[in-house]
Amino acid sequence: MRGVAGTADVIVIGAGHSGLAMSRALSLRSIDHVVIERGEVANSWRKERWDSLRLLTPNWMSRLPDYRYQGDDLDGYMSAGEVAEFVSHYATTISAPVITGTTVTKVEPAAGGYRVSTNHGDWRCRAVVLASGACNLPVVPKVAEGVPASVAQVTIHAYRNPAQLGEGGVLVVGASATGLQLAQEINASGRPVTLAVGEHVRMPRLYRGRDVQWWMLASGVLDQCLEEMDDPLRARRLPSPQLVGTRERKTLDLNVLRAQGVEIVGRLVGVRDGRAQFSGSLRNVCALADLKMNRLLGLFDAWAERTGVATEVGPPERYAGTVPDASPRLGLTLGQDVRTIVWATGYRPDFSWLDVPAFDRRGQLKHDGGVVEAPGLYVLGLPFLRRRKSSFMHGTEDDVRDLSVHLAQHLDRTVPLQVSGVAV
Amino acid sequence: MNTQVTTAMNGVNVEALLAAREALTEAPEGARFKWRATSEWVNGTHSRSTVEGFYGLGGEQKHRQKFQFDSDHPEVFASEDKGATPVEIVLVGLAGCLGAGIASVAQNRNIQLRSVKATIEAGMDLQGILGIDENVRNGFDGIKVHYEIDADATQDEIAALVAQSQKRSAVFDIITNPTDVTVTVRKG
Repeated sequence: MRGVAGTADVIVIGAGHSGLAMSRALSLRSIDHVVIERGEVANSWRKERWDSLRLLTPNWMSRLPDYRYQGDDLDGYMSAGEVAEFVSHYATTISAPVITGTTVTKVEPAAGGYRVSTNHGDWRCRAVVLASGACNLPVVPKVAEGVPASVAQVTIHAYRNPAQLGEGGVLVVGASATGLQLAQEINASGRPVTLAVGEHVRMPRLYRGRDVQWWMLASGVLDQCLEEMDDPLRARRLPSPQLVGTRERKTLDLNVLRAQGVEIVGRLVGVRDGRAQFSGSLRNVCALADLKMNRLLGLFDAWAERTGVATEVGPPERYAGTVPDASPRLGLTLGQDVRTIVWATGYRPDFSWLDVPAFDRRGQLKHDGGVVEAPGLYVLGLPFLRRRKSSFMHGTEDDVRDLSVHLAQHLDRTVPLQVSGVAV
Repeated sequence: MNTQVTTAMNGVNVEALLAAREALTEAPEGARFKWRATSEWVNGTHSRSTVEGFYGLGGEQKHRQKFQFDSDHPEVFASEDKGATPVEIVLVGLAGCLGAGIASVAQNRNIQLRSVKATIEAGMDLQGILGIDENVRNGFDGIKVHYEIDADATQDEIAALVAQSQKRSAVFDIITNPTDVTVTVRKG
């Protein structure tokens, strides 16, 4: 591997599955490039995820361009460590030109393209692919500012397992896959858990005998493009579906957690005088999720009828609606009822080092399906970048194919870099 | 989603709403509204409140006419019952807001409404406002809203209208979530 700064036509930032898939696409086109990685290949999977995390998709779905799961546990779900191994093996298989242990500190426009500054010197390039991931920084809502100092706060970035939490009650905020999984394991550790629930996405793990992700893929839901969405911005903000990958392939939803003793409350909407305040909208967010799940199952059923698949799977199923407590709690005294708050309120990408005028009023990177509003700049791996599957490993292939074509055309249209008067 | 090709007629100008959404995304200043009311004590527990002007779209706006609301307490409270009790007016606000939302969402989803009827009931333990029991709150201990809706849609589609309407309702939000309130006074 090269360790010195230099020039390349394309610099890919991040050696996760997206960056590596792009590297392979560039290699196939003989486009000169390097992949700069702050840590090791698949760094986030090694260092920034909780111990029990497993993919929400079954192993048979784990694939990258010309590379797929080779094991025999097709219906299992990879642990974070297994994902790291899977991605690292891909890097070796495709001989990706990865420079590890190199942190990008700044990307800025420069003559003929961009300057990429790192802790090991500057690179010059004609195009940059941002593949540093969508889950770099934990999102913590503003209400956190009012939480008394006596209450421990843990983000999903720092959370590893229940043993790291103090004794006493735990408030888990957020009802995505993460929030439900953490609520379940913390509750099982003997700490009383309250789960604050806003809008969420409910799904059974298995439907008519098949993994729900099989249905999502086969029926075309995962291939849905951003242009087909009524509200593209909302589609990009959607929390991950309430799923967990276990050997038993069990469904994880609010009814399951409630039966296990987790107290379900409404969205955390305020902290005042040491009290957490929960919204009275719990019933409605549950109703919205139930209705949406049933629409999705209805879509699966219709597709199965249409295609004849219905004869190969079990009969249609419908599930009991989500049942909140008769009078869900509207407040909790922090420090007394709650000793620790776990913020399972999502991740956001970190582009703090990107010094390019391509951000909107809210600080979001402006891009059209991964083509950033700055010539020669591309982004990969964000939720619903181009398709519903964009943030999944198996969704990378189509995005990389589309964007590498655009990138190659950009290189064809622009002139090679001139450094000290010599074309490189 | 229903498949009829005719356009539902619910009297809601959805195109204007969608255009406003687009315009206000580009011009967030115009989206900042201020709603106002004035109120004057009449006698006993009877007050008369008035709404007329409000602020929005970057300037002062006016209703087509002045609207007045009398509020009072009922005779069982030894009052003269010159108007609805203030807590009932809160329920009226919730019903009005959810109803407007249902019609708007139905129009947007091209669902023809034939009738939308709501009954609302809110529980309240007077031991709160009378200061008998510190553990009883002044306000409602819960609100129950029931809708009877006749429309060209399935039960689930109708349920989704009502759910979406709650999700987008200002009054539902005001009631279900805390709001910071500042009250000032001057001797006049």
